[in-house]
Amino acid sequence: MAKPLVATAPFTGCFGCHMSLLDIDDRILKLVELVEFDKSPINDIKVFTRPVDVGLLEGGISNDENVEWLIKFRENCKILVAVGQCALTGGVPAMRNTVPLKECLEEAYLKGPTVIDGKIPNDPEIPILLDKVYPCHEIVKIDYFLPGCPPSADTLWAALTALLTGKNVGLPYELIKYD
Amino acid sequence: MTENYSEIINEVVEQFGKDRSRLMDITRAVHAKLGYLPEEAIGLIPKALGIHRVEVRDMASFYAFFSREPQGRTVIRLCNSVVERMKGADAVAKAFEKAAGIKFGQTTADGMLTLEYTACIGLSDQAPAALVNGTPLTNLCPADVPAIVQALKAGKSPRELPQARVDLNLRQPGPVIFAPMQRGAAVRRALNMSPEEVIKEMNASRVRGRGGAGFPTAMKWDFCRKAEGGAHYIVCNADEGEPGTFKDRVILAQCPDLVFEGMTVAGYALGAVEGLVYLRAEYEYLLPSLEQCLAKRRSLGLLGENICGLEGFNFDIRIQLGAGAYVCGEESALIESLEGKRGAPRDRPPFPVQKGYKNEPTAVNNVETLCCAARIMEKGAAWFNAIGTKDSTGTKLVSVSGDCEKPGVYEIQYGMSVDALLQLVGGQNAQAVQMAGPSGQCLAPKDFGRSICFEDLPTGGSVIVFGPQRDVLECMHQFLEFFVEESCGWCAPCRAGTTLMCKMVEKVLEGKGTRNDLRQIETLGNTIKTMSRCGLGQTAANPILTTLRNFSNLWDAKVRSEDYVAPFDLKKALQEACAVTGQKPHAEE
Ligand SMILES: Cc1cc2nc3c(=O)[nH]c(=O)nc-3n(C[C@H](O)[C@H](O)[C@H](O)COP(=O)(O)O)c2cc1C
Ligand code: SF4
Ligand code: SF4
Repeated sequence: MAKPLVATAPFTGCFGCHMSLLDIDDRILKLVELVEFDKSPINDIKVFTRPVDVGLLEGGISNDENVEWLIKFRENCKILVAVGQCALTGGVPAMRNTVPLKECLEEAYLKGPTVIDGKIPNDPEIPILLDKVYPCHEIVKIDYFLPGCPPSADTLWAALTALLTGKNVGLPYELIKYD
Repeated sequence: MTENYSEIINEVVEQFGKDRSRLMDITRAVHAKLGYLPEEAIGLIPKALGIHRVEVRDMASFYAFFSREPQGRTVIRLCNSVVERMKGADAVAKAFEKAAGIKFGQTTADGMLTLEYTACIGLSDQAPAALVNGTPLTNLCPADVPAIVQALKAGKSPRELPQARVDLNLRQPGPVIFAPMQRGAAVRRALNMSPEEVIKEMNASRVRGRGGAGFPTAMKWDFCRKAEGGAHYIVCNADEGEPGTFKDRVILAQCPDLVFEGMTVAGYALGAVEGLVYLRAEYEYLLPSLEQCLAKRRSLGLLGENICGLEGFNFDIRIQLGAGAYVCGEESALIESLEGKRGAPRDRPPFPVQKGYKNEPTAVNNVETLCCAARIMEKGAAWFNAIGTKDSTGTKLVSVSGDCEKPGVYEIQYGMSVDALLQLVGGQNAQAVQMAGPSGQCLAPKDFGRSICFEDLPTGGSVIVFGPQRDVLECMHQFLEFFVEESCGWCAPCRAGTTLMCKMVEKVLEGKGTRNDLRQIETLGNTIKTMSRCGLGQTAANPILTTLRNFSNLWDAKVRSEDYVAPFDLKKALQEACAVTGQKPHAEE
């Protein structure tokens, strides 16, 4: 039987959730036995090569490129899991949601104390920012949510193995308790 | 300028005896003198009091009636509560914006007018209504607005406007609250008994609190009396913030003597030396007549030292004004506010009867409860408990508003059915009835046979009638917005939960919701209900939860059959960035 396929996406986050996935220590060997990675920054595969079983999403959605890729993830993955506070709620990047985008850009590129001859970048190659940072589930259907900033390696491991082995993904309280 | 401020502030602080617990009054007075609270004032008040700056900022930032920005000479606060909007407040708001040439939240360039919205001001029976520098204007219609604005801009006092009238709308007086009274009779009878006997009499009457929770009054007094402390306090809760409630306003306008009579009886029973009335800022216009009533009682020996000649019974009453916060009706938040702090509820235990105002045993009672207490003293427990039902003795005041012919206050006997009440008020064709305000429940016609009493349908007094044309779900959404606004922010289930819920409800009402969204709304609602720290959060989801139960047909009609619908609109989300940077969205988008 072919190994289940996993893809991971870094949207607008800090890569902390990906780091947490790598933090499963030697279980990473088990994981590699258990699954194969398709599109992911972990193996630097840039496009989907075939239909994927589980997509793990890190980060909120802050620009048009994020939107495009999130939709592609939905099209290519059977199960989508939003991982971490940024994916679930927008997280730290969503702090800009309380300030109008224009003011954010002006502060960063025109008025900031370290800016000299500032200009708001407008190269067509640069992704276009959304008016605010959105959680993943406001753009596509998400099947599972893993809270945490980041979810611990144990939480990720428990969720992933349960999903891949078709078990019930009800996680014990200790793994999703954060205060 | 600072020099000036310093003089004004020192004077005010002196006036209140440099007492930190009077910080609300001090800040109110400074605000009134300066028209707002400038940053310098927030620095000078704590200096004069010898406290930290953050204590003043913390308090001042909490209340709606304290402004940190300069305001116009005249501040118009238009009530945009649900009933007001049913009665056309939106059109009145537009007319104000047009006539003043500014939006709500703004001040005219000449510094004459400020427009603001405010939550229910206790005038739903004569909506739309507004407070202009504290003076209520009622039954507003858009056509009146230009003349009002013109007069105010010309410096006319709002009191001279033809709309500056508050009708009592006391539609049905009853035997307990609105029957004629003899000043001092209840106090004299109480003083002929021992304090324990007074509480016994209360106990025999089986009177329960009228403020919402229905706690037996005798038990509360007994706990308080027996609690150890250096002083005991009786507090009258006149915060009346539940949208659609205005019965305490009518009591305070019509028979304040009865309230003070009840407080004095309670003072005697508890062994208290001081009674405090927490009067919501929205009712400031009632203050002069209340003070007058207190003065009269002092002159008659019904307040002060050796009351009614009883050696050693010293008791007086002080009125504390609030500053615009619904949560301050919650008794522990009210006590915090009385102490001059922000109105955040306390952890319980200890309960106020153990450690309340200034950490001393304190009984907090609703205005109407205290009236009942006075009447029980005057007429006896047996007279009182012959009225009403087994577990709900006496009468209840209901404030009825919304789609009915005769909005106003009715003193009904406990046990009356909703149907009978609707007959009485001229609201027979109601589609729904909001019982006990937003924090209560939304009833469908199948429930109209049920009766108003603690055993079946308890109410603090707010009854809002929704006629057949009303968009009930939109009204529920507005109730939820009210809770979002009024949450004190202390605990996450209430602070974040109500906001999340509001967004989810909006998604459904915009026609982008699914059955799954309804399930999630319900789950979240139950989380808010069970996990919140005080009564505000514990009831905030009720408008939605009770309509999901009683009006599932309305909700079902709103949702789509798809498994998932995204609320997201890419084109709209990109507009702002494109406008700022000049980038163009990619073709396939
Ligand atoms: C958010 C909130 C607002 C409240 N507002 C009021 C109010 O305006 N008036 C009132 O009497 N009780 C109000 N209550 C109830 C009080 O906490 C308290 O139970 C009541 O004043 C006790 O008086 P009673 O026993 O005479 O009813 C409120 C409770 C909550 C949770
Ligand atoms: S949830 Fe926390 S760890 Fe994960 S991407 Fe966001 S900020 Fe980083
Ligand atoms: S439930 Fe709401 S109002 Fe009550 S303490 Fe929590 S945040 Fe404050």
